[in-house]
Amino acid sequence: MVDVVLWASLRPFANDQETVPVEASTVGELLRKLVVAYPGLEPHIDAGVSVAVDGRIIASGLTEPINPASEVVLMQRLKGG
Amino acid sequence: MPLDEATHKEFKVVGTRPLRPDGVDKVTGRAMFGADMSAPGMLHAAILRSPHAHARIVGIDVSRALAASGVKAVVTRPDFAGDLKGESWNVLENVMASDRALYDGHAVAAVAATTQLAARDALKLIDVEYQPLPHVTDVDEAMRKEAPTIREGVADASVPKGMHPNVVRYHESGHGDVEKGFQEADLVLERKFRTEAAHQGYIEPHACLAQMGPDSKGELWCCTQGHFNVAKVCASLLGIDASQLRVTASEIGGGFGGKTTVFIEPVALALSRKTNRPVKIVMNRAEVFRATGPTSSSSINVKIGMTKNGRITAGEGEFRLQGGAFPGSPMEFAAMCAFAPYSLEHVRNVGWDVICNRPKQAAYRAPGSPMGAFAVESVIDELCNELGLDTIEVRLKNASREGTKASFGPKFDRIGLVETLEAAKAHPHYSASLKSGQGRGVSCGFWFNHSGETAVSLALSEDGTVSVSVGTPDIGGSRASIGLMAAEALGIDYEKVRTTIADTATLGYNDISHGSRVTYASGLATIKAASDTIDKLCSRAAEEWGIDREAVVWEEGHARPAGPNAGDFEPMSLARIASRMGRTGGPIVGHYETTPEGAGVSFATHLVDAEVDRETGATKILRYTVVQDAGKAIHPSYVEGQYQGGAAQGIGWALNEEYIYGEDGRLQNAGFLDYRIPVASDLPMIDTVIIEVPNPGHPYGVRGVGETSICPPLAAIANAVSNAAGVRLTELPMSPPRILKALDEAENG
Repeated sequence: MVDVVLWASLRPFANDQETVPVEASTVGELLRKLVVAYPGLEPHIDAGVSVAVDGRIIASGLTEPINPASEVVLMQRLKGG
Repeated sequence: MPLDEATHKEFKVVGTRPLRPDGVDKVTGRAMFGADMSAPGMLHAAILRSPHAHARIVGIDVSRALAASGVKAVVTRPDFAGDLKGESWNVLENVMASDRALYDGHAVAAVAATTQLAARDALKLIDVEYQPLPHVTDVDEAMRKEAPTIREGVADASVPKGMHPNVVRYHESGHGDVEKGFQEADLVLERKFRTEAAHQGYIEPHACLAQMGPDSKGELWCCTQGHFNVAKVCASLLGIDASQLRVTASEIGGGFGGKTTVFIEPVALALSRKTNRPVKIVMNRAEVFRATGPTSSSSINVKIGMTKNGRITAGEGEFRLQGGAFPGSPMEFAAMCAFAPYSLEHVRNVGWDVICNRPKQAAYRAPGSPMGAFAVESVIDELCNELGLDTIEVRLKNASREGTKASFGPKFDRIGLVETLEAAKAHPHYSASLKSGQGRGVSCGFWFNHSGETAVSLALSEDGTVSVSVGTPDIGGSRASIGLMAAEALGIDYEKVRTTIADTATLGYNDISHGSRVTYASGLATIKAASDTIDKLCSRAAEEWGIDREAVVWEEGHARPAGPNAGDFEPMSLARIASRMGRTGGPIVGHYETTPEGAGVSFATHLVDAEVDRETGATKILRYTVVQDAGKAIHPSYVEGQYQGGAAQGIGWALNEEYIYGEDGRLQNAGFLDYRIPVASDLPMIDTVIIEVPNPGHPYGVRGVGETSICPPLAAIANAVSNAAGVRLTELPMSPPRILKALDEAENG
């Protein structure tokens, strides 16, 4: 089980929780299970999110591994100029 | 081998400064830019644009234009795909209006004719019936209850109930308890800031040549930062298969984020499909200003608490950014970047994305971050002044380090902010004396950097030279840096490598050249493609020597037996193996496809000295020093150029550049005579210091450098000007009238 930190404006869609426990071993599995557990998150995740795993910001890779002890933070999708 | 083990390696080619490979072409006029391509039978197109800030389009009658001499076709919205949703619909709506003109300059129709003059004349024969509607162009005004609604139903689920329909997205992030933090402070300051929209200001206007038949097979030549994205988006907007459209990126005269989307390309394709002739479109400068870019304008409140000894106890920011008539302003990046340089126990960021009757904003170098830094770094400067503290010491005391919980959530990996601050503090600039009427400004800045889909191919020629094909347009010297990394990895001379930007039919999908990603991502893929090539070279040598592949190593451009037990063979050079490859198994090509996920974040610290003429309000930048972490500078001259370019654009944004709208909502300064970018005489020599704290996510330690350099200038210059003038400037640009007004208010109340 990994604890996922949500940015503040996502929390109303996850019962006002700052941290949500999810059983997942990859970024893709984590995002899928978040949507199953909290359907209100779906449009936000569909709009694009990045996932920071132990400080490394995963911009889009769904197959990136996650360990139970990892620090996992959801962030808005990165882009640039 | 973990990537971070490799970042300590010694380099032979990387870090040198060979002449730029595109230099001769560009100074002799041989380089082919967007407008340089022509085709037999080509038509010229022109676009009719709305003269209203906001209007309902009652009807469009093109019959008189179609009857004009030389006119071959007219397109309007029904000539494009009709079933789009979300951002695809937004992009198409911006390319060609449907039932409403949403800003001054919004495209409503386009004509293709045998000459440019005939096309432009025909625009006058298109009869558009408009019903003008109330408009709003200011971000704060657009949020007010009584503001006219730009479009209904745009807001997403993040927006709290009760907000005006012009508020379309909401962001909130942070941690801790800011109220508790403010109570711990000895001094709390809260200020409001405003920045105006600035255009990316690239030298080359948008231009393209399109050819498409009724069978929907097409070719497109255009100046863009991302031709694979152009193919994908154009296919969607025209309702064709992406693989049927081959896009070639021309040489590019600057982009800075403004060429990461499409404007004229779908229009040229639609006209070509209708006429079965090649169609060329070249924007003029007024069209570039009215209908492309610019960045967002912003309105920001920042509150920061500090103790007497310089510890920041809490920071809070509210960032309101308008992105034109469409959602997508980078308000979340302003919010996430603003406090990123500092280790804060209590921080809260709120962002609002607001729509206005302005052109759809486009990315501009680290979108959002410069505005956020302007507000936060200005308040820190004022707090330091009030508390009598050294501004760099305070930043060092609070600086983010490896393991710091960032204001946007995760803990930082290896970062180089402290190194930039220490280098700035030690630089002679920081201790140089100032005269009366002069002021010094300091600011830090932060940008995430990006990765994205990347594919690279590396082919050997029989003469031992190497051709590297990448899919990322060269907007900042990447052909040189890719060539250097390929040469380093292969162990050959840089002069033996040529790097080419391949078209969309040649490589797998490549993300846009944005997010400071190219030297990082295409560089990483090039190094991996070189490894793939080396593996094949070693296999050929092993076969020739009759030993196992594992018994061959690659050193200094040669295959060698791994040790005495492998056998006694003369080392075989890349050129030797390549010369025989047709008879030893065929062509040797290495390749690598990836979406790398290790783009290291980047920090910079800038120092500025400025002098304010209290009589005229004019500002002169006396001295400027950029200190930035590059991870590893592959070609230091290009890195320094990126640092200087970011500072130069920041000087323009801070002092003079702004979109000026009249009461009628129309843009008043759509040209370089009235929209003043810096010229050479406005700029001092911009000194640069390259810091190298390797990025663990890249084999050579590279961090992107193209965007971070524009994050600190707005604040650094505002701090210098404020310290010179003796009055705090909180609105950009700090043009002479604004400075005179501030001086007058300070002196006369």
